[in-house]
Amino acid sequence: MSVEQATRYEAVIGLEVHVELSTRTKMFCGCAIDFGGEPNVRTCPVCLGQPGSLPVANRAAVESAIRLGLALGCAVAPWTEFHRKNYFYPDMPKNYQISQYDVPICAGGVLEVTVDGGKRTQVGITRVHMEEDTGKSTHVGTSGRIHGADHSLIDYNRAGIPLLEVVSEPDIRSADEARAYLTELRAIVRALGVSDAKLEEGSMRCDANVSLRPVGHTVFGTRVEVKNMNSLRSLGRAIEYEVARQTDLLTAGEQVVQETRHWDEGAGATSTLRAKEEVFDYRYFPEPDLVPLEPDAGWIEQLRAGLPELPAVTRQRLTEQQGVPAEQVATLVEADLVPTLEAAVAGGAGPVEAANWLTNELVGWATGHGVAPADAPLDGAQLAALAALVRDGTLSTKLGRQVLEDVLAGAGSPAEVVRERGLTQISDTDELAALVDAAIAQNADAADQVRGGNRKAVGALVGAVMKASKGQANPKLVNELLMQRLT
Amino acid sequence: MNELVGTTATDLLALLETRAVSAEEVTRAHLDRVTATDGDVRALLRRLDEPALDHARDIDRRRGAGETLGALAGVPVVLKDNLTTRGVETTCASRILEHYRPPYDATVVTRLRAADAVVIGKANMDEFAMGSSTENSAFARTANPWDLGRVPGGSSGGSAAAVAACQAPVALGSDTGGSVRQPGAFCGVVGVKPTYGLVSRYGLLAFASSLDQIGPLARTVEDAARVLQAIAGNDPADATSLPGPAPDLLSALQDGVRDLRVGVVTEYQSEGGDDRVGARVRDALARLEKLGAQVAEVSVPHVAYGVAAYYLIAPSEASSNLSRYDGVRYGLRVPGATTEEMMAATREAGFGAEVKRRIMIGTYALSAGYYDAYYAQAQRVRTLIIRDLEAAYEQCDVLVGPTTPSTAFRFGENLDDPLSMYLQDVYTNAANLAGVPAVSVPIGLDDRGLPAGLQIMAPMGGEATMLRVARALEADLALDSVPRGPNAVEAP
Ligand SMILES: [Zn+2]
Repeated sequence: MSVEQATRYEAVIGLEVHVELSTRTKMFCGCAIDFGGEPNVRTCPVCLGQPGSLPVANRAAVESAIRLGLALGCAVAPWTEFHRKNYFYPDMPKNYQISQYDVPICAGGVLEVTVDGGKRTQVGITRVHMEEDTGKSTHVGTSGRIHGADHSLIDYNRAGIPLLEVVSEPDIRSADEARAYLTELRAIVRALGVSDAKLEEGSMRCDANVSLRPVGHTVFGTRVEVKNMNSLRSLGRAIEYEVARQTDLLTAGEQVVQETRHWDEGAGATSTLRAKEEVFDYRYFPEPDLVPLEPDAGWIEQLRAGLPELPAVTRQRLTEQQGVPAEQVATLVEADLVPTLEAAVAGGAGPVEAANWLTNELVGWATGHGVAPADAPLDGAQLAALAALVRDGTLSTKLGRQVLEDVLAGAGSPAEVVRERGLTQISDTDELAALVDAAIAQNADAADQVRGGNRKAVGALVGAVMKASKGQANPKLVNELLMQRLT
Repeated sequence: MNELVGTTATDLLALLETRAVSAEEVTRAHLDRVTATDGDVRALLRRLDEPALDHARDIDRRRGAGETLGALAGVPVVLKDNLTTRGVETTCASRILEHYRPPYDATVVTRLRAADAVVIGKANMDEFAMGSSTENSAFARTANPWDLGRVPGGSSGGSAAAVAACQAPVALGSDTGGSVRQPGAFCGVVGVKPTYGLVSRYGLLAFASSLDQIGPLARTVEDAARVLQAIAGNDPADATSLPGPAPDLLSALQDGVRDLRVGVVTEYQSEGGDDRVGARVRDALARLEKLGAQVAEVSVPHVAYGVAAYYLIAPSEASSNLSRYDGVRYGLRVPGATTEEMMAATREAGFGAEVKRRIMIGTYALSAGYYDAYYAQAQRVRTLIIRDLEAAYEQCDVLVGPTTPSTAFRFGENLDDPLSMYLQDVYTNAANLAGVPAVSVPIGLDDRGLPAGLQIMAPMGGEATMLRVARALEADLALDSVPRGPNAVEAP
């Protein structure tokens, strides 16, 4: 019975994504936004909630909110205001967070995602609203949580950094779709340049609302909110775990409790964070220290006109017009390497050629060195130069990889590396002929096999020439010379 | 006693300009007056003798060097203790902020310093500006200089008493529902609540953000206008600050009231007011008419609901504004086993009864199940009052009525009866709910020798006209503003 029932549930998932904006200053004061450094140095009376201080809304943050809303196809509210969300917590300097409540700045958009296998799904965007971030506590003591800590240290550098909260409709049905949604949202945020959107560093944070219902039903089941998923992988695992947990409960005839659960990456499980009974009454009311916002229609149109090409359009252009395979395009978009690709193409490289170098070589190098591919020290012009050297036969593909390694290691431009290391491919027939004859003499068995009709045996001879030439021999010419002599 | 004490700011400026006296002499004379009177009055929570004298000497030096000085150069001023002063204790008369030293100056303080006014002390007040008698201070009970057995009004009671007792010619208070005008009326001085947004609130420890406005207290309308002129004008640090520079409040001050239309608020004539005040109001109206104003009754029907709306909106905002006082970052901290217990213990020990009462009311009014019934309903009443006043100002240039239902009451008289205390601002809160300016100007003494005030309200931005009416009445009445009577503070 349980197996049969389990197949009859479908997951209903909505995501709430917080995006920390990379504006120059904080949401309601002039303090700089930056990461690292001494605690509490980027603070002022306003973001510390000092008595008497007042907030003033950051126009650039409002602009980022509108731009993201427009990119997601949302309508921009002609009139909107801020609310206070009241609750006591040491991270919150004022013990209320300035946020938006009943009238978000943007609402009613859609995000199309494609999961592996090409299935496309439309995920509705309920709203995009603005708020301020809290400070960050470190609880010193055995538990690591505030309760039972010996003492707590609070860093308010993060307090007041503008956040956008993007709330999806509960249109997501699987962990794969959730990952695809978050990936696409992150790509859009990055294309707009409104945030660096790093899940691991907390500049993008995701909570998931997960419920189950029998397939075919429209009524929602009891919802569980899952927090603390700080990578795409943990988002997928947490949803899979939660769907399995709720399926087990329902098939056993038990009820799902409405609560907030915490994803523990190490344990690979969710656990109760707080039950519904503890949910706060936030006592929202309009923030009296700020005036309502009425974004000018002309301004909105100007922002719409200034939107960059969005990732979906970029992908389509690269695949359909430039012939780059879809999986490579996905990798390029995800790794933020499209600008490098475009620069390489502008420098004379073929799109497919450049895409190969980036996806096959650069991404691997970046992973091995623990840096973001887009932060690797290779620009489009260098890539174009390298591709040209390989294309015209100056370098073999293998030598090209060595040159790329050196360029990435900071040894200079491709041309400089080739010159300094003397890596130019040997294509001089006389020079190669001597090497080929030596190889035949030293590998008589292999030579005999080739003469006897086993063409595959030539590989050993080519390898010997390459070794003798320290990789610099032109393998194509070597092959030709060997075949001339042995057949 | 020194004749510099009891002199208006306007006259002191003239004396200082001609170098008949030095700023140091003026400052010292007022500090001496504080020494002589504050044992009885207790208007100040903190004296700032040394910084004040240093500042005064610097002004004298700069004047001697021929430098251009600010508009209030050498005028002593007292600040209500809810205005932040960098490095100087700012307590809101609350235990929870007993040793709090703000890291910054309020914009009004910056502007007063830029005008070269000399800050000589921080004034007592009702805790977090909640009260109508200054009996809610955690540190001192300020007395009314006209009768030391009576209250000075509140919550700017310390500022009003300091001016009435001639400790300073001018002071700053804050007015959330009448907290400058009511103590102004009780202490026989001029108190102005400006248009919402005319004066920056940056650095004013918030009580109710949408109602609070900083205003001057002074012995004369002209002095009040000078101070208001100095502190008004747009401040980018306050999002609710009105755009543009400060309006000119001085040039038309003496223009009189001929042909101005003065509306007498019908609803303010029968609101259970004391006839001792009513007689003085009737006399003032007769004088305005004699001076050429057209006086007629005007109905403002919804002001009757003002007190109810006010006592939902103000506590609601206060409950949120005061949540930052939790023992985490500054001020008092009472230990507790958990963070929640520490916060609760700190707030239990740090806040007085009236503050707690209002936090409870406000928390309740904002809570999810009651928001629409209380907070939202109060905001609708507020909108009706705004519309009423807009309609009334189509018929008249200013609206007048008594500032307070009675003259100053005795200590303790209303202390155990919050509702009767709340009715103290029955005539004043409409101006805060609507954001319009209002002034209380002295109109003489009742039969017990206690000052009464007339409230003059104007439309948004109507300060100049409002102050003109107040000035005309002041000139016609020619009152002696120095407290006298058997229980009054010793005259200068
Ligand atoms: Zn700041």
